Amino acid sequence: MKVVVCVKQVPDTKGGVKFNPDGTLDRAAMLTIMNPDDKAGLEAALRLKDQYGAEVTVVTMGLPKAEEVLREALAMGADKGILVTDRVLGGADTWATSQTLAGAIRNLEYDLIITGRQAIDGDTAQVGPQISEHLGIPVISYAQNIKIEGDSVIVERQYDDRYHVLKAKMPCLITALAELNEPRYMTPGGIFDAYKAEITTWGRADLKDVDDSNLGLKGSPTQIARASDKVRKGQGEKVNLDAAESVDYIMNKLQEKHVI
Amino acid sequence: MDFTLSKEHEMARSLFREFAEKEVKPLAIEVDETEEFPRETVAKMAKAGFMGIPIPKEYGGQGCDVLTYAMCVEELAKVCGTTAVIVSAHTSLCCDPILTYGTEEQKQKYLPDLASGKKIGAFGLTEPGAGTDAQGQQTKAVLEGDEWVLNGSKIFITNGKEADVYVIFAITGMIEKRGRMTKEISAFIVEKGTPGFSFGTKEKKMGIRGSSTYELIFTDCRIPKENMLGQQGKGFGIAMHTLDGGRIGIAAQALGIGEGALERTIAYVQERKQFGRAIGAFQNTQFQLADMATKAQAAQYMVYKAACTKDQYTKDHKTSYNVEAAMAKLYAAEMAMEVTTKAVQLHGGYGYTREYEVERMMRDAKITEIYEGTSEVQRMVISANLLK
Repeated sequence: MKVVVCVKQVPDTKGGVKFNPDGTLDRAAMLTIMNPDDKAGLEAALRLKDQYGAEVTVVTMGLPKAEEVLREALAMGADKGILVTDRVLGGADTWATSQTLAGAIRNLEYDLIITGRQAIDGDTAQVGPQISEHLGIPVISYAQNIKIEGDSVIVERQYDDRYHVLKAKMPCLITALAELNEPRYMTPGGIFDAYKAEITTWGRADLKDVDDSNLGLKGSPTQIARASDKVRKGQGEKVNLDAAESVDYIMNKLQEKHVI
Repeated sequence: MDFTLSKEHEMARSLFREFAEKEVKPLAIEVDETEEFPRETVAKMAKAGFMGIPIPKEYGGQGCDVLTYAMCVEELAKVCGTTAVIVSAHTSLCCDPILTYGTEEQKQKYLPDLASGKKIGAFGLTEPGAGTDAQGQQTKAVLEGDEWVLNGSKIFITNGKEADVYVIFAITGMIEKRGRMTKEISAFIVEKGTPGFSFGTKEKKMGIRGSSTYELIFTDCRIPKENMLGQQGKGFGIAMHTLDGGRIGIAAQALGIGEGALERTIAYVQERKQFGRAIGAFQNTQFQLADMATKAQAAQYMVYKAACTKDQYTKDHKTSYNVEAAMAKLYAAEMAMEVTTKAVQLHGGYGYTREYEVERMMRDAKITEIYEGTSEVQRMVISANLLK
């Protein structure tokens, strides 16, 4: 069984968000982490490796610095890392990114592709499903549980107030939620091995069956007008009352503000 | 000379820090209050490979260097002195002598389970009458047929009741040395559950209160002949060499405790207001912090130097690291005591309460000046090298 996991190196928003003067994210000035949903996707793949001996290949698209996130994945137990990096791929929106990743994955054998639901920097949740469209395979999004049965996967797809159980024939693509699991830690020995391992680097020329018009800034239909940090909510109000008084207090406040 | 850490070491540090913050820090107060050994944390550390960091992969370890191991102990100690010493005693005092002095059979038998954390290790040298004077051993081992019969007791044993494998020292005879009869000491591997091996009192300690410090009692405890570790009569040398390595672990623990107290104090002085200003705005506070940070940095360089020197020994089996280890432990332990004391002082009355963790850190720091060779012993080791 072969599993491809797509991961993204994202800014660690705990350290605050920094912008360039032109309003785009100053990625170089921010600490980075593996996107949490992607990390859960990687953990799901590693569990398939533990259980079925699956081979896990991790793919990322980004600046050369994104190699770090692949080393982290290898240190957790992934088998191979592929970095897709090229100047012409810069400025990609979700469309161009999914085209790029699909172009890379076409070079690989796979039974399952796992991506995170969405990245904490863009929060679009589009790249995973778009990759499946480009590759012409089924997608099951928002996975909170994954099981393998023969040549099919059975996935619990999270919904607002319930979950759906879906079955799909492999190859297919699954988008994972951070709640899917508790990702394992890297091991110290795994870290040293990860730095000895070779990371495969692919550029534009290595992408299969992708037109230039679908790549990079030029291939991106999305135009970002402005990006901003989350607006912090006010401090709020703290009161110390017993349960009954608290309920009255909250109800009064809600009426006062015409919420109810 | 290059003071920058490699990318691997930086990533390993970020791993240890993340683990310490998520898994260890939330339990540190409880471990101290209840004096309970943090079994679940140890199980998590085992899963993450922290119980066998410098053990070669062929024996189930992580195959990393001593520097990586020291950084692990340092990061754990920043949040919990107990958790740090559990790893240190297990790795330096049990795995390391088996790796260094064990036969291939002993290594194959014991190291994989120890390195994976399936089993925990401990070390028994100290006795009521044999502390700094380690030659004052009373525990005896007598060969009867194919078994050694152990009688005696060991005290202050870290990981005492929780361990599964123990490196124990005992007198195996008397030999003439420079015209005088002296005790011949040998080392043994003893497994928990061996008939005649039991536990005595649990120590109630000032600090590192969750580390399970017990008395070990041997009453006609029979162990197989092949469980002797190293050659007969070489036990004292094995003990001293093992402690040279152990001191790097304890130095790293002291370093982490000092750094942890410093981090908390830096945060506190920026929040705490007196006379209408954060106390960090007062020059006295600033100068105290400057001294604390400088000493912590100096200690870090010494600990890392000692760890790298031991790594050199691992490669060439020649390089001596005992002086570096003694200096690192001496300095880091005294730094930890000084920095935690200042941290409590800068926290004022709150620092004296259990609510603020610097109080625990000050109690935890004290032991680093005592165990695995007191500060006085470190000075003996260092000066003996100067005057040889």
